[in-house]
Amino acid sequence: MRNRRCAVDKRLRQLIRGDKRVIAQTITTVENATDPKVLEQIFPHTGKAYHIGITGPPGAGKSTLVNVLCQHLLTDGKKIGIIAVDPTSPFSGGALLGDRVRMTDLSLHKDVYIRSMGSRGSLGGLAQKTKDVALVLDAAGMDYVFIETIGVGQVELDIAQVCDTTVVVLVPESGDSIQAMKAGLLEIADILVVNKGDREGSDRFMLELKFAFELREQVTGWDFPILKTIATKPEGIPELGAAIAAHRSYLEGCGMLEKARKIKLKRRIHELIENRISSHLREHMIGEHELDTMLDKMYRRKLNPFRVAARIADRIIRPQ
Amino acid sequence: MARKIRVLVGKPGLDGHDRGAKVVAAALRDAGMEVIYTGLHQTCESIVEAAIQEDVDVIGLSILSGAHMTLFPKVLNLLKKRHASDIVVIGGGIIPQADMKKLEKKGVKKLFGPGTPTSEIITWIQEATVKKRSRPKRGTVKPTKKLRQKAAVKRRSGKKSARQKKKPKHKKK
Ligand SMILES: Nc1nc2c(ncn2[C@@H]2O[C@H](COP(=O)(O)OP(=O)(O)O)[C@@H](O)[C@H]2O)c(=O)[nH]1
Ligand SMILES: [Mg+2]
Repeated sequence: MRNRRCAVDKRLRQLIRGDKRVIAQTITTVENATDPKVLEQIFPHTGKAYHIGITGPPGAGKSTLVNVLCQHLLTDGKKIGIIAVDPTSPFSGGALLGDRVRMTDLSLHKDVYIRSMGSRGSLGGLAQKTKDVALVLDAAGMDYVFIETIGVGQVELDIAQVCDTTVVVLVPESGDSIQAMKAGLLEIADILVVNKGDREGSDRFMLELKFAFELREQVTGWDFPILKTIATKPEGIPELGAAIAAHRSYLEGCGMLEKARKIKLKRRIHELIENRISSHLREHMIGEHELDTMLDKMYRRKLNPFRVAARIADRIIRPQ
Repeated sequence: MARKIRVLVGKPGLDGHDRGAKVVAAALRDAGMEVIYTGLHQTCESIVEAAIQEDVDVIGLSILSGAHMTLFPKVLNLLKKRHASDIVVIGGGIIPQADMKKLEKKGVKKLFGPGTPTSEIITWIQEATVKKRSRPKRGTVKPTKKLRQKAAVKRRSGKKSARQKKKPKHKKK
């Protein structure tokens, strides 16, 4: 028992020191939920990292942008963790994770750790898994944690809620602004970036976006910036870095950072309780066999699912 | 659900195209694996660093440039230096039979010649990963009662195993 305790303490110390192998293995543990104690152990050492979400359509240049932005930030001697999420194939459950191709400048830097994740992680619930992985990087002493996700669908919006500052990256290609609005991307953006500023139509696209956003500034008090970048050149990167810093000091200045992080913690607790209860219900309270025997009756419309669900739920909520 | 198999597919060295590597990478993905693709012209250092950060089970290298006799051993050495020799290294490309033998002796676990059906590579990786994961990880073994008893028996019989030599160090702490 003492030996095990010793080994755990040692690994925790290695993690906090930023040992990359230990970070990597801890993330695997957390991603697969094989040891529920790990998160409890690291939690007291978290809360220091600043989380930046980079989201937008595939091919917008998110990875390329992270690559250059991080090089810019590293000059201040900061430590950076990057979580790069790429889509998992819904058919095979496999994933081709290629974000590292665009981040080769960072791959050997001693103060950078990059982890690729498949969007439909091992046990579902990508948003939660991403939060857990971010906790590990936070405990490992990262000053910044970047989370790159493809901005489509609810899951990605959830991930954005992990972040202190969310940067939405769009490109001048037609239809993007409408798509982005539909997907609710613009609501979650703290900073909007039009990348591929070298492409035709980027100035017009910037104007369109500015019109769409004139109202929003007044609502939040944050002077919502729309920036143009060329990640491949690179151009506009110091400005993006400055905008992130400005958003951070805005949040800190008005007490919003603490408030927002508390709301996130609260939401987390709700999620955890719900998970726990629903898996308990599935395992112990709702008999699959009982349901199966009723299916036939429901199929023949002799029973209705609403009544069945209500009856089972009542049995759980008010036993006897 | 079972833990996903994670594989890094990389192309060290200077050869020009990565069609083969991409075909294999896509096949592995379709077999349900998470494939980390690192792109062309990678140094051995960056491949090993990526493999460690991504906590992969397997590194698959595609080498067509003829530099296999330097690149494979270099990757193996770097892994050893990082105490990460448990990561399985395999490869593909045009490699003469004699070289294959030499490399496999040095620690490359498997080399696939050109035209190997991807199904063969998939099956090999699946089996190798099961084997790899069933081995206890360095530094994470907790000495169970059984192990301790075994060690005690060995101690009495005067034989010393590698595990035992390390043990006193552990106790001093
Ligand atoms: N012309 C141009 N191409 C870019 C720019 N930024 C990225 N790209 C290219 O866009 C492609 C997709 O980039 P990537 O970073 O992988 O996009 P992601 O899918 O959003 O992560 C790559 O071929 C990049 O080289 C840019 O500012 N201008
Ligand atoms: Mg990307």
